[in-house]
Amino acid sequence: MYALREAINAFRRAPVLTGLSSAMVGLALFVVGLFGLAAYNLQLTLSAIEERVEIAVHLRDDARQSEIELAQSELAEIPEVRLVSYISKREALERARAELPDFSDLFNDLEVNPLPQSLEIELQPGDRSPESLEKISAAAMAYPFVEDALYGREWVDKLFTLRRIGAATTLALGSAFALVAALIIGTALRIAIFARREEIYVMRLVGAKKSFIRGPFLLEGAIAGLLGGLFAWGLTWGSYRSVYALLFEIAWIPPSWIFGGLVAGVLFGAAASALAIRRHLKEI
Amino acid sequence: MIKLTNVSKEYPKRGFALRDVSFHVKKGEFAFITGHSGSGKSTTMRLIHMADQPTDGEVRVTGYSSDKVTERDLWKVRRRVGIVFQDFRLLPGRTALENVAFVLEVTGTTPRSILPRAQKLLTQVGLAPKAGSLVHELSGGEQQRVAIARALANDPYLLLADEPTGNLDDRATRGVMDLFWDINATGMAVLMATHDLELVRRYPNARVFELDQGRLVYDSATG
Ligand SMILES: Nc1ncnc2c1ncn2[C@@H]1O[C@H](COP(=O)(O)OP(=O)(O)OP(=O)(O)O)[C@@H](O)[C@H]1O
Ligand SMILES: [Mg+2]
Repeated sequence: MYALREAINAFRRAPVLTGLSSAMVGLALFVVGLFGLAAYNLQLTLSAIEERVEIAVHLRDDARQSEIELAQSELAEIPEVRLVSYISKREALERARAELPDFSDLFNDLEVNPLPQSLEIELQPGDRSPESLEKISAAAMAYPFVEDALYGREWVDKLFTLRRIGAATTLALGSAFALVAALIIGTALRIAIFARREEIYVMRLVGAKKSFIRGPFLLEGAIAGLLGGLFAWGLTWGSYRSVYALLFEIAWIPPSWIFGGLVAGVLFGAAASALAIRRHLKEI
Repeated sequence: MIKLTNVSKEYPKRGFALRDVSFHVKKGEFAFITGHSGSGKSTTMRLIHMADQPTDGEVRVTGYSSDKVTERDLWKVRRRVGIVFQDFRLLPGRTALENVAFVLEVTGTTPRSILPRAQKLLTQVGLAPKAGSLVHELSGGEQQRVAIARALANDPYLLLADEPTGNLDDRATRGVMDLFWDINATGMAVLMATHDLELVRRYPNARVFELDQGRLVYDSATG
């Protein structure tokens, strides 16, 4: 109660500075929030792409039916594999016509069917990692009548790289803002401590515990962090709405991420205060 | 209660403020520390209040040793040792009652008992009628009484007073001295630093130490 009252008093004494601390924590978390938004949507896209990840095993035209059936059942034995289906040359052509109607004339005029017969391997959900894709296509390539085993590896890799670049940018920008936020919180605390130096002196004189003396200052930092978190939430939501309205449809980040951001704000505020207190309380 | 063993205190660049001082103040004693300005009286008080560490030797106060006490335990020492100063060091802009209540609040007294207890302490120092006055509107003698009430708030074993009458006129000095003797009569040890020898002579029952340039040159108990 005492700590809360004193923390609120500190806000009253230096509202601009406290506001500035919150704003800086807010900006730092906003950078993280923007990345969170991008990362979350990228993740949604990636899993949508993953859904479609399958291995197309092209077979030579002279492969015998019995060989193909054997390969089909052997490949289906691999734990990561959900389904192996056989696509004949005719089926491949029909599919091509259906999927590419603009070119149906071209397909109709063909004298020989250029499309290979193939086996399509679907993977178990959760097992669609680059490693298992690699392993299974290698297994398929081992058959002499297999010409090629293809999957959209480059695509997935590119998306992962993008994600890494985003993370690095966020880390750099976020840390820069966090550093400034910590400095401003330190200054705000210094002023709060200075305003209360006589009380702090008396508290020490009469035997108040250290934790008791620190309490209000830690709380002040935590509150600044919480306000910053809320501020960042607002900014991120604003950006989400703008992108949604002006550019393209994206999804809003899950509540657990927002909660995590708020907790991070509180912890950051309290930690920055704890550091500043260690330095400034000694000066009195 | 207080035991100094071969205590020296050296301030960087300023030399020794205390040199090889040893004395023992027992439970319930009333003792004066006298000496000229700069003889080391305040330094002794600071060491006993554990606001500072001796350069050499050991200070023992109410069971705590300067050798072993840690920063984390200081609050325990401070609650056993009340202290008042020449310049009172009250919180300005607050009433007498608020000054005493503040101490109780920050040392963890249950909220319900803070006001009654603060009132009782002010009554004990004879200041109940001025409880609601802002401290800077009180006379010096009254302010010192508030400071004493504050020092007594945690039921200390020992009261330290560093030149408590230095800013007071004769009447106020007498009043404060009477109050110290009343407090001492309850069994609390009182250690008071003063350079006023005339004042000291008025109380032949008290123990007297004299410091000179940081050395203990006289102890009335040993002559
Ligand atoms: N914090 C300090 N830093 C450096 N030197 C100090 C400090 N405190 C005291 N001294 C020095 O130690 C010596 C003793 O000082 P102290 O204050 O103990 O004397 P005192 O007997 O209380 O004097 P007074 O009667 O003037 O209050 C003095 O020479 C003083 O300059
Ligand atoms: Mg002095």
